[in-house]
Amino acid sequence: MNYISQSAAKAFELIASFDPDVYFIVWTSIKLATTSALLATLAGVPLGLFLAIKNIKGKRIIATLLNTLMAVPTVVVGLLVYSFLTRQALLGSWGLLFTPSAIIIGQFILACPIITAMVFSTAQGNNKHILKTAYGLGANHYQAIKTLLWEIKTPLLAALMAGFGRVIGEVGISMILGGNIYRVTRTMTTAIALETSKGEFSLALALGFVLLLIALTINGCVQYFSYQAEK
Amino acid sequence: MKKFLLSLLALILFISPTLAIDVIKLATTTSTDNSGLLAKLLPPFESRYGARVDVIAVGTGKAIKLGENGDVDVVLVHARTAEDKFVANGFGINRRDVMYNDFVILGPQNDPAGVRSAKTAAEALEKIATKKAVFISRGDDSGTDKKEKELWQAANITPSGSWYNAVGQGMGATMQIANEKQSYTLADRATYLAYMNKIDSKIVFAGEDSLFNPYGVIAVNPARHKKSNYMGAMALIAWLTSVDGQKIIKDFQINSQPLFIPVAIK
Repeated sequence: MNYISQSAAKAFELIASFDPDVYFIVWTSIKLATTSALLATLAGVPLGLFLAIKNIKGKRIIATLLNTLMAVPTVVVGLLVYSFLTRQALLGSWGLLFTPSAIIIGQFILACPIITAMVFSTAQGNNKHILKTAYGLGANHYQAIKTLLWEIKTPLLAALMAGFGRVIGEVGISMILGGNIYRVTRTMTTAIALETSKGEFSLALALGFVLLLIALTINGCVQYFSYQAEK
Repeated sequence: MKKFLLSLLALILFISPTLAIDVIKLATTTSTDNSGLLAKLLPPFESRYGARVDVIAVGTGKAIKLGENGDVDVVLVHARTAEDKFVANGFGINRRDVMYNDFVILGPQNDPAGVRSAKTAAEALEKIATKKAVFISRGDDSGTDKKEKELWQAANITPSGSWYNAVGQGMGATMQIANEKQSYTLADRATYLAYMNKIDSKIVFAGEDSLFNPYGVIAVNPARHKKSNYMGAMALIAWLTSVDGQKIIKDFQINSQPLFIPVAIK
């Protein structure tokens, strides 16, 4: 028990003293997760809108598929992307394996279904009338979509946050595709796994604490935006 | 919207890795990394050559696979048979001996299987198997794992049953599991010394020829993988086997015990 409390004290010391290693790892995680979540939003919003607005058959099947994809284990995504990026494979010549870009690709695939599904359900639910009203007021297609996007901006932000929350805490993709390279692809989660295996609990605890704080912030934001959206 | 897209593009460009400096990808074993050797050995090389070495610490088996696939430029591993095969099949070239240490059998202080009285490694394993004392195996095709399999074979035992646990993890994690479960395991001396103060496990058998543990460094054959950073790999091999590099290996000690013995310059 003494050992744990010592490690915890050391952990807070690391955070409070702005330990460069801790902050570099936190920064790596945040920038990778931000990029993936933004890219996933860029792809997920049009996709979600398209699915919601167009009258296509099999919407239920698509919704089920999206929900399934939301539950795909991160290691499976990692494995699939790995099999495309290794030198022997299709995209091997790009040399992306064990780079930050590889992690971004994996996290993008992880976040995309969540964001698409959230946009889909929002746009599907109560926003058909927005389009109708916009067309009724003489808007063209582009203007109508713009109006819709503006009207659902808070749930969109919530979707972005949810995507970010999903990728910042994942470990499978970062470990398999990033290789846990010091100062390059070492993220909070892979560092925690490594430090725990090394028996260095203080750094692991410090990172775990930061991760919890981020999760709390993200969930607070999602709650806030969802609340705003309902109002 | 345009502004948003532009700033996003800027962000992506900002994040993508800088290509200006030479990046050398090194696949190595968890023992060289977990023990802290590479943290001493690589920074002087990186500053001298303006290069960056990306270390991917996995088991020897995986490291060699990464080399075969061309996913890395150079491998630093410890499993001579697998290394020779790697070179013979044309995947690797310019193998050099770098250093060595030895494997040790770790066990709980009270040594329930009585391994301390064993004369040979094979006898030690025999005692563990007869007693069905819990043994934690790396089970990850690493150099240590290959050595362990070899030792079981030499003892004419096929380990199986609930006392034999293959955990599929790195050396550090495996030792910690062995420590928590008060059981036996095979470890390389370097990682054991690095962890000595964190675990209660003790060396119960060591010092036999069959436990010799040599490390070699091999460049990935550029004829096989044209995009591999062959020059970087050779610069790193030169550094590891240079007078300066070998001295860093020699001076790397924990509790005034050397972790590795340099062997490139005889």
